[in-house]
Parts: sequence; structure tokens; C-alpha cells
Amino acid sequence: MSNQSYSETNESADLHVTGEAVYVDDIPVGGQLLTGRVVISPYAHAKIVSFDLRDARRIPGVHAVLAHADIPGDNQMGPVVKDEPCLAADEVTFCGQAVFLIAAETEQQCREAERLIQVAYEPLDAILDIETAMSNDSLMGSHRRIERGDVEAAFAASDHIIEGELRTGAQEHWYLETQACLCVPGERDEITAYSSTQHPSETQALIAGVLGIRRNSVVVEVRRMGGGFGGKETQANHTACWTALLCRATRRPVKIRLFRDDDMIMTGKRHRFLTRYKAGFTGNGILEAVRIELNADGGAATDLSFAILERAMLHADNSYYIANFSVTGAIWKTNLPPNTAMRGFGGPQGTAAIETVVDRVARFLRKDPAEIRSRNFYGTISRNTTHYGQTVENNRLPEMYNQLIRSSDYRERRIAVDEFNATHEFYKKGLALTPVKFGISFTTSFLNQAGALVNIYTDGTILVNHGGTEMGQGLHSKIRHIAAREFGVSLKRVKVSATNTSKVPNTSATAASTGSDLNGMAVRNAAATLKSRIAETIAEVFSEENRSSPTFASHIVFEDESIIDGDHPERRIAFADAMPIMQHRQVSLSATGYYRTPDIGWDREKGRGKPFHYYAFGMAVSEVLLDLLTGRHKLLRTDILHDTGTSINPAIDIGQVEGGFIQGVGWCTTEEIKWDENGRLMTHSPDTYKIPTVGDIPQDFRVSLLRTDPNPGTIHGSKAVGEPPFMLSLSVWLAIKDAVSAVAGHELEPEFSLPATYEVILLSIEKLKAKTLKEASL
Amino acid sequence: MTRVTVKTTINHRKYELAPDPNQTLLDILREELGLTGTKRGCEIGQCGACTVLIDGRAANSCLVLAPQIDGKEILTVEGLASDGRLHPLQESFMDHDAVHCGFCTPGMLMSAKDLLDHAPHPSEEEIRVGISGNLCRCTGYVQIVDAIHDAAERLGKKERIEN
Ligand code: FES
Ligand code: FES
Repeated sequence: MSNQSYSETNESADLHVTGEAVYVDDIPVGGQLLTGRVVISPYAHAKIVSFDLRDARRIPGVHAVLAHADIPGDNQMGPVVKDEPCLAADEVTFCGQAVFLIAAETEQQCREAERLIQVAYEPLDAILDIETAMSNDSLMGSHRRIERGDVEAAFAASDHIIEGELRTGAQEHWYLETQACLCVPGERDEITAYSSTQHPSETQALIAGVLGIRRNSVVVEVRRMGGGFGGKETQANHTACWTALLCRATRRPVKIRLFRDDDMIMTGKRHRFLTRYKAGFTGNGILEAVRIELNADGGAATDLSFAILERAMLHADNSYYIANFSVTGAIWKTNLPPNTAMRGFGGPQGTAAIETVVDRVARFLRKDPAEIRSRNFYGTISRNTTHYGQTVENNRLPEMYNQLIRSSDYRERRIAVDEFNATHEFYKKGLALTPVKFGISFTTSFLNQAGALVNIYTDGTILVNHGGTEMGQGLHSKIRHIAAREFGVSLKRVKVSATNTSKVPNTSATAASTGSDLNGMAVRNAAATLKSRIAETIAEVFSEENRSSPTFASHIVFEDESIIDGDHPERRIAFADAMPIMQHRQVSLSATGYYRTPDIGWDREKGRGKPFHYYAFGMAVSEVLLDLLTGRHKLLRTDILHDTGTSINPAIDIGQVEGGFIQGVGWCTTEEIKWDENGRLMTHSPDTYKIPTVGDIPQDFRVSLLRTDPNPGTIHGSKAVGEPPFMLSLSVWLAIKDAVSAVAGHELEPEFSLPATYEVILLSIEKLKAKTLKEASL
Repeated sequence: MTRVTVKTTINHRKYELAPDPNQTLLDILREELGLTGTKRGCEIGQCGACTVLIDGRAANSCLVLAPQIDGKEILTVEGLASDGRLHPLQESFMDHDAVHCGFCTPGMLMSAKDLLDHAPHPSEEEIRVGISGNLCRCTGYVQIVDAIHDAAERLGKKERIEN
């Protein structure tokens, strides 16, 4: 069946719809397989006084019970800073931290063993929120600053000043497939890990590290993930290393698949932020000076927090030119699971801050917020450098604004919304437009590299290996398109293999939306090498057949499943027929490709440079209907215009825009993470943690891709699309705020935070009403 | 644990099984029968990744205990195609790019099948209700709803031709 039908878009759709697609938990393993289980800390902060594993080890069927001292190599998981043990040693620093590992024949035996582990903890004071961390000076790393102009002087000269505070919440990734790894032992110390990881090379390195073996003994393979969203960029390493330790100890295949609740309890989330801001602006709403102070809750270990804070700081301008701009940032260490990458990687938090500022400026001046936004957009000729000194090239914001205002009927709907609000007491409508400008590249510049290995077989089929991983974003499908296009052959000829560290080594994570940009280029470079070899050989063949007018290798073209002499189109050979000739003439049909992003550079210390290869732009208009009595709202309509350059695959890109936007809507509205006073996660199951369902999507949802010129210097003129649309969900958040604000006729600034849960909304309405009453009685 | 005897039909094949009574249908499918198309998402009936049809109605197999399937007819994603031909839902999910990471896909398909079997011409609202118990973190649902719409049309056409 798999051969009969296949999708142009998703290279494994046929497998998914028949249930044949294999995820880690689906890999068939023989009777040797053991189940692994992780025993976690029940305390946010405690000393481990003593423990006894003897009874647990005695349970029949239990093959291993491990503690930190049983780790043969480094007890270390930190991807950047070495501050995160694989298994807690003397101290636990968050609830859900791994302390012991168990491998047994059944899950039940694992649980029995867990019950028999005796541990004595001595609880210590825990820091569970940003404010407490601040007052205890519990800082991670140092304070960061990116600055331009003289903010204080500009404040003094500004017509108006606003100041405030914004809280943005954490977010759980909620990939449908929880963290999972299967390890199979090999000869000597060899081990193969089938891991659901976005970063196979790092997983490989860390497995080698904890086992105390060399990296050439470890193979990590990723066929696909059931979603990643950043949650498997570093934190898949943990499950992989725990599984590897149990595999090593038992010399048998071991699988760990975290239960949903355990996954939610143990793994880090999107960083919550506490942001303080001050802005000075003119009577026309032009931002003259802005100061933004970003405080992130890092959790108990560094993970990727530095890079995440940095991206937040680099996106605190969003789409706006701010002549005098100071952005400072700090990460605060708390006793919560180490927070980690999640789609947008700090971008959403930085963007939410400046969007709040602009929204407030508009309300303060009683002007239309979309209008105020457009006045502050980066210019195309002047006012087009960011606070860190990068020029905003090929700025699409003004043209997208004009298009979207028209296509969404923004102006007419603004009037209609105002009319509705004037005539309805218990319902209000809100409307908001928000833009996004998102920088594409890892801000740690050296990570912007990728490798590929392309093999052609003598039957004319092509196997592409590259360093990127597939998590549903359609990377393999795009890569397949790229390879087919390079060789001028049909998609059917091309297969993309599982990602495997023995085929393409030392890769970067599939993250920062760069998957197809980097790996696509590496594949193209490998294809170029092969094509020049093929062209040489086939030119020889053609020339031998036509001695009077030789064929030039440089004039050979690859199209229509054929290899053709561009000067003499009658000289052609089918792609598949050419490959045995290559073998006979002893020319290799295998080539590697490598790519690094050119012309970028970022001076972290100075906060200056060109961290991004280019920017992706987008814009959204959302309208909501709010029930003032319950705080419930309906998303009536969303219009999105998004810039993907020349899309390699519009269907995939539209899917990414819709999916990213809806995930953002969850962050902005229903997804609320709560810990109790002991640092235990209260929202640890889908019972209590609500990601968007189909009922939460806009009733009327119109997504289009900007028709535009090819993006210069990227694979086939395309732009990255994974993360940018996430931030467009702020249009929903601000539309809700607009509806709340209508309660007081837009005369007062509503209190607001993110997510705007029913509770937040109701409280805000109550306070507005109370204030209005008070003012009326004065 | 005393095992129970269960007679059941799964994907048109008869089985006589002897599971633990507290084993779930999801366990039986995945661990005993190797039918791994049905996914574990939450195991508490909240995500729909494990949806199968029991006597033609969608059910979360993670909540169904082994004795409850005695005498029942079960259909999983692996049994959706027949005679080597994909079900129109499977085709339309492919054509509408309703599959991203694919982890929710089997469950979505089974919920959608229940819907279309009982409401062959569903409205948009009915489709939304039909898959409201199935979470998808990737797609934003739009392409899935479109795919179900389209499948309904394809099924309608097929029926007209067959009549
Ligand atoms: S696994 Fe059954 S509903 Fe989630
Ligand atoms: S496609 Fe990934 S969860 Fe639906």
C-alpha cells in the first residue's frame, strides 16, 4: 500500500494514515527488552541524607537499580554550562529531578522496586518565583544589556511617559509523543540509541559522556518525533542518557517512554518572564525612548537560558524603530525544572513586552493601535537599524500592513466593533493587529552550519541523509523537494533517510527555524558535487559518441529525469541509465555537503553585530467576542499574512503558520502552568492543563502567504517558517484586551497579563468597573 | 493475577485472548498484537491519540479494560483500508496535508470515521464536535477539518456511483 499512494507534501503521510509510521515506542524489539523507569525528587530543594536500594534490587524481574555513583562517566547533562547532574547526587534542586533509575521486565516490577527504595531527604528552603529569586540575588550568569542612544535624556524630552510591568507565563510543549528512547547494546561498548531528539549529535555526545566511552561507539538515530517544539532540543538528552545507563548496566535493550504526567512534571517549559518597561513618546505616538527590563525564570539549571534571554532581548523591538532603546535582561535561578527552548525561544516574551507598550501608547492617546503600530514600523530607507546595529533589509512591514488592512477590512470592522460595544452591555468585541519581525539564525553564530550525505544508487534512486530531524515541521519533505529539484528528477526517485549520527556527524540542533535553510543548503552542496562528477563523465560519453563536436561538462543540465547537453539537446540520457555508467567508469556516487551561513557575526559582550541572516515578517488581525459575565471569549476571525519568501512548499508553510499561531493562542489564553507552595506542579495532566482544541481555533481563519521576491541567499529563495507565526497570536491576546478595555470606553488602561485566562479577564473587568464607578462619583 | 478469556474481532480477524483483566485495550493492541498505529498520548482519556472504533463507535482505548472487549468488534487505523485501497479519509488527510508529526493522525482518523459513518454530510460545526476529543499540537486543526469535509464529499460521490 505504501508504494501505491504517496503525498507530494509529506514524505511519510502514507505511513501515518495507515498507522505504519514508526516512532520510538513502536520499534519492534525482541523478548530481551526491559522497561526503564526514573525515580524523581518529591522536593523542590532538599539534601539527600541517605538511601538504600537493596530491597528494590531484590524484586524478581528487576535487572538494575542505579544511583549517581553507578554512572561510569560524567554525571553531567548541561549542554552549555556544566551545572546539571544526570542523577542527583547529594542534593535535589527541583521537584521531578531524576534521582534513581530502574530497569525491569515489566512496568509493574519497576513500580514495585520504586516503592521499596528508601531515601531520607532533608528539605531546604526553596525559591519558587522570580521575585524571591531577585530578592535573594539568585542570579544565573550575569546581567545583560543591549543599548542605543541616550534613554534618560530622551525620556526627559518626551511629551508623555508610561511605565508598567508585564507577566508572561510558562508553557508546556505538549508534544503528543512524550520523551522516549530505546537503547540497544552492541559489541564491546557500542550502543545505539533510537531517540526522540531534536539534537542527535548532542544526545550522542552526552551518552558517551555519562557512559565514559568515546563518541565513535555511540550511534543516535531519529526517524521522526511526534512533535518537538523545542522540548526535545536539550531535554531529550536526559531520557536518552538514563536509558543508555540502564542499557549499559543490564547489557539488554532498554526503553524509557515517559508517562504524560511524569513528562510534564520532570521537563522544563517556556520561561516565564517578569518584564518592567518605561516608554517616552510624542503626541503622535512615535516612540522616542524605551527601557525594557526582562527577568526570566531559568529554573534550577542553565540549559539554554542564556541564548533564550538573548533572543528575547533581540526581539524586544519587534517591528519598531526606537531611537533610544535600552534592553536589559537577567535569568533568575529557582527551584523549578530547568526551563528550556520552546518555539520562539524568548522571541514571544520580548515581543509581548513591546506590543504591550505600543498598545498602551495607543490607548493613552485614544488612537487606533494599528495606526500607532504602523507609525513606529522600521522604515525601508531610514529608521531601519535595530538597537543592536543590524540593518533591517528587505523590510516587508509597510507593504504587508497596507495589504492586510485592506484584505481584513480592518477599518470597517473597527467601526463595527465600536458600534457593537456601544450597544451591548454584557458582551464586548475586541480587534487587534500585530506584526512580527523574527530574526533567522542561531544567535550563537558557529551553530549555523549543517552537513549532508547524498548517495545515488545504480538503479537511479537517491538517498539523502542530512543533520536535521523531522518533528512534523515537514523538513524531510522539503529536503526531498530540494534534492529532486537539484537533480531534475521526480520526487519518487528521492528518499530521505532517518537522521543518524554515523552518516552525518557533529550537527547542530534542528531548532531556531533553521532546519531547511541550513540542511537544504548542505544537501544542495552535496548534490552540486555529484552533479559535477556526473556531468564530467556523461560529457565524456557524449563526446566519445560525437567526436567532431565535444560536449562540455559545464553545459550539462539536469532536468526531466534526464542528463542533457544544453548545446545539443538531442544528446541526452535518462538519469537512471546514467548511473551504471558512472559505476563502470569508477566514479563515486556518494558525496557529502556542508554549509555555513555567511556574513553573520554577533558580539555578545558589546551587544552589537549582525546576528541574523535575514528576517521573516508576518502580520495578523484578530477579532474576539467577550462575555463579560464569564470571561469566556470566542475567536471570531483571524487574518494572517505571512512572509515565507518563495515558499518551497506552500502547503507545509501554511500548515506551519496555522499550527504555530494556534500554539501561540494557547500560550496567550488557556495554557496556565501552576506550581503549589512546595514547588510541585499542579497542572501536570491534560485534565488541568489545556492546550487548544479544535473548538479554540478562529471561526473564520484566513491565512495567506505574501507574494514576494525570492529571499536572497537562501535555499531556493525561501524563508524559515517554524517559529515566526507563533508571535502572531499576540493579536488574539490584545484583541481580548481591547474588548476588556471597551468596558471603560477605552478611557482606562486595563490590568492584564499573559495568559489571559478567564480569571485574569474577569479580574481586569472588575477593576475597570470599580475605577469607572469611582471616577463617576468624584 | 488471574487471566480472563476474551473473544473479540480486531480489524476483521477473530482473536481469543487471555489478558490480565486490568490490561487496557490499548496495551493489548500495542504490546500483545503489535498494532502500534494506535498511540499512547496521555493514557487518561484526554487526548484521543488512542481512539479506535468499538462496535462502530469511537472510544479511547486507554480507558477500555480487557474484559470490556469480549464479544466486541474493534477497528483500528490498521484496519481502515480495505482490499488494498485506502479509505477516503486516509486519502483526504494526505491530500490536505492534515498530517504533520502524525502522532494524532490515527486517532483523528478513527474519530472522523465514526462521525462520517453516522453523519455522512456533517456541517463544519459537527466536524468540530466530532474531533473535539482529539488533541493535535501541530496543525492548528484547519487542515484536518478540511480533510474530513473533503472525505465526506468523496464518500458521497462514491455512494452515488455505486448506486
Ligand atoms: S492515550 Fe487515550 S486518550 Fe490519550
Ligand atoms: S500532527 Fe502532530 S499532533 Fe497532530
